[in-house]
Amino acid sequence: MKYKFRWATIAAIVIAALIMMFPLKEKIKLGLDLQGGMHVVLGVETEKAVDGKLDTIVTQLKKELKNADIKYSFAQKTKDGKIKLGFQETALTDKARDLITKNYPYLVDSSLSNDPEILVFSLDQKEYDKVKDYAVEQAVQVIRNRIDQFGVSEPVIQRQGKNEILVQLPGITDPDRAIDLIGKTAQLRFHIVDENVSTQDAINGNLPFDDVLLYSKEYDKVTGKLQQEVPYVLKREAVLTGEYLTDAEVRISSQFNEPYVLIKFDSAGSKLFDQITAENVNKRLAIVLDNNVYSAPVIRERISGGEAQISGNFTMDEAKDLAIVLRAGSLPAPVVVLENRTVGPSLGFDSITKGVKAAVIGFIAVMIFILFYYRVSGVIANIALLLNFVLILGVMSAFGATLTLPGIAGIILTIGMSVDANVLIFERIREELRIGRTPLNAIEAGYEKAMSTILDANITTLIAALVLFQFGTGPIKGFAVTLSIGILSSMFTAIFVTRTIFMTFFGGKDTKNLSI
Amino acid sequence: MVELIKSNVNIDFLGKSKFFFGISAALVMLSLFLIFTKGFNYGIDFAGGTVVQVKFENTPDLDKLRNSFKDLNLGEMVIQTFGEPNDILIRVEKTSAGLKETANAIQTKIKEVSGEQKIVIERVEQVGPQVGGQLKNKAIMATIYSLIGILIYVSLRFEFIFSVGAVLALFHDVIITLGIFSLLGKEITLPIVAAVLTIVGYSLNDTIVVFDRIRERIKNSAGKLNLYEVMNKSINETLSRTILTSGTTLLAVLALYLFGGEVINGFSFALLIGIVVGTYSSIGVASALVYKIKKTK
Repeated sequence: MKYKFRWATIAAIVIAALIMMFPLKEKIKLGLDLQGGMHVVLGVETEKAVDGKLDTIVTQLKKELKNADIKYSFAQKTKDGKIKLGFQETALTDKARDLITKNYPYLVDSSLSNDPEILVFSLDQKEYDKVKDYAVEQAVQVIRNRIDQFGVSEPVIQRQGKNEILVQLPGITDPDRAIDLIGKTAQLRFHIVDENVSTQDAINGNLPFDDVLLYSKEYDKVTGKLQQEVPYVLKREAVLTGEYLTDAEVRISSQFNEPYVLIKFDSAGSKLFDQITAENVNKRLAIVLDNNVYSAPVIRERISGGEAQISGNFTMDEAKDLAIVLRAGSLPAPVVVLENRTVGPSLGFDSITKGVKAAVIGFIAVMIFILFYYRVSGVIANIALLLNFVLILGVMSAFGATLTLPGIAGIILTIGMSVDANVLIFERIREELRIGRTPLNAIEAGYEKAMSTILDANITTLIAALVLFQFGTGPIKGFAVTLSIGILSSMFTAIFVTRTIFMTFFGGKDTKNLSI
Repeated sequence: MVELIKSNVNIDFLGKSKFFFGISAALVMLSLFLIFTKGFNYGIDFAGGTVVQVKFENTPDLDKLRNSFKDLNLGEMVIQTFGEPNDILIRVEKTSAGLKETANAIQTKIKEVSGEQKIVIERVEQVGPQVGGQLKNKAIMATIYSLIGILIYVSLRFEFIFSVGAVLALFHDVIITLGIFSLLGKEITLPIVAAVLTIVGYSLNDTIVVFDRIRERIKNSAGKLNLYEVMNKSINETLSRTILTSGTTLLAVLALYLFGGEVINGFSFALLIGIVVGTYSSIGVASALVYKIKKTK
């Protein structure tokens, strides 16, 4: 055998592709559009994180001023994101200014000079950017923790751009639950109920400055409709927050056989909780999650030991998810859904079935046509076509590329286009035969002359495919990948493989007739 | 030897360029007119909004369904079947409500309407207005980048004038394809943009084959034939290849269009049109453009 080296190369490549391919089900990753799943882009409301930071600073400042014995008349966050403090005397203002500039290097003094009793501070740009950036980073972490505990195989959680987070959850069966779990801010606060103000007054707008009006919302378990809202008037300042949590787990109450969430505080939190319950016996303590009152039990006695219960007419899943979000921590800022694409598993399956059917039909139609048109040479082209298909799957497996529905379309398109190289070569060979060349010479001239055309034609398509890859997302990227792989591998099969077959067929002798 | 196109074919394509230019100019004008007056039916990828696809057990009454959705106050809403009569597609334009709330409202309503019947939510796609704008910019940039890339490659491999002809022919193909989408009111989505870019690559593929032959002829027949004859001969010689390859690609894409399912229908439709228009422009328009530009210079 003369062309050992060529055949060995072909055999090696095909065998490598086959090894890569199998088992096909495990090797070819299916895109979310084919296996079902969800693709969500979340926007982090970073301004809210800055807001929260300002709140913390104000609380801290109040404490420090008190400790330093500097009396202030007010200390608050302004609507335009600054901190404003008022004092009775100019001497106190100066003292406070010294204290703040010393302890808070990232606060910029932007007080107006004409009002010596008022101090205004704002965050410097660096700190402002840092808070925003940190909020997104932390949100990614928290969401990752939640997803891990929720249990999804191969999730993608990625920061995207300045304040966006991409979450991809393949094969998810309950997208609503997942989105609730990811999107919950989960800021837990404990507030004392203000019994001195009637809820009716509060609803009518007569709410003291240091109180807030919040509701406990109950939803119907089957329809998900809001069933009733119970108003509560609460002291504005939270006595305890979720920061002090160490754990949260689901328990079943022996009394009502209903699930509730048991939370545990760290030592500081336990101490605080102990102190709060001691000071507020016979008052009601409201447990508030994301501005929604879960329950407001009466404190019967001082509670030490650092454990509390959140009950609220939960289903088992709700209780589990609540425990997850509490354990994983709260988001530093609320997130909004910017993009959501969810495909159910049955539609995904349907898409594969139809895509594969279309591919098989297209494949067979093209092969029959080529066979009819080029006869024996058509058989050779068809062998190349089949090998090309094997190579595409092999390369995709090797690189861990993802097959999407447009990706299947890419393969189908490649099938149609990949015969092009052979058509170019064969038409050239026919031309050469027409001007009287022998089959062997015609074949050689055909390959040689068609070469630059094939290269030019394929490179231009490749340019378009690469651009698609660069800008495309998800399924479109999948299309660009299969198209590019298809173009490259078709050059190998349509040029190298078919030529090797021809060479072996003729063996360098020029006797046979050429069926083309 | 089976031949679709006789090997001794000799059509005076350049001589008919007035006719081809007439048709092309009319089609391009008409397309531009449609694009600027009627515009596109942007899918949610670009316009923003929500699409929910639901499979009902039994064929639901569409009018009843529409009426029951009215009190949701979600603004512009389209409810239609999607492929099968029990597959329902609900599309809501962007609303003031958040994406999450909109999806929840629709799903709750569907459950309420379906009563005892089993339903499966097959697909939810939501794109917020900001994202839609970003995607639109990206799509436009991608088209421009790929045209620039092609312009550079073709000018490197051929004379610059050839690349001008090729790129003009590409604009021709893209505009007509988009014109047909506008005419039929078909949705423009991200996959359609991908299809259009593929058409750009594909149509160019055809054109390059013809240009390649012209370049070769010019080299080999120095002085013997004039440009007019060289071009005509080249188009004729590559004609059977052009028709054959377009034929096989058309076969494959047709299979995709007929059997690939509803989700990918628009995508394969764009490819179908693009292949037909692209093949036509490679034969009738691209070379003639180059010839015209060369002659007027």
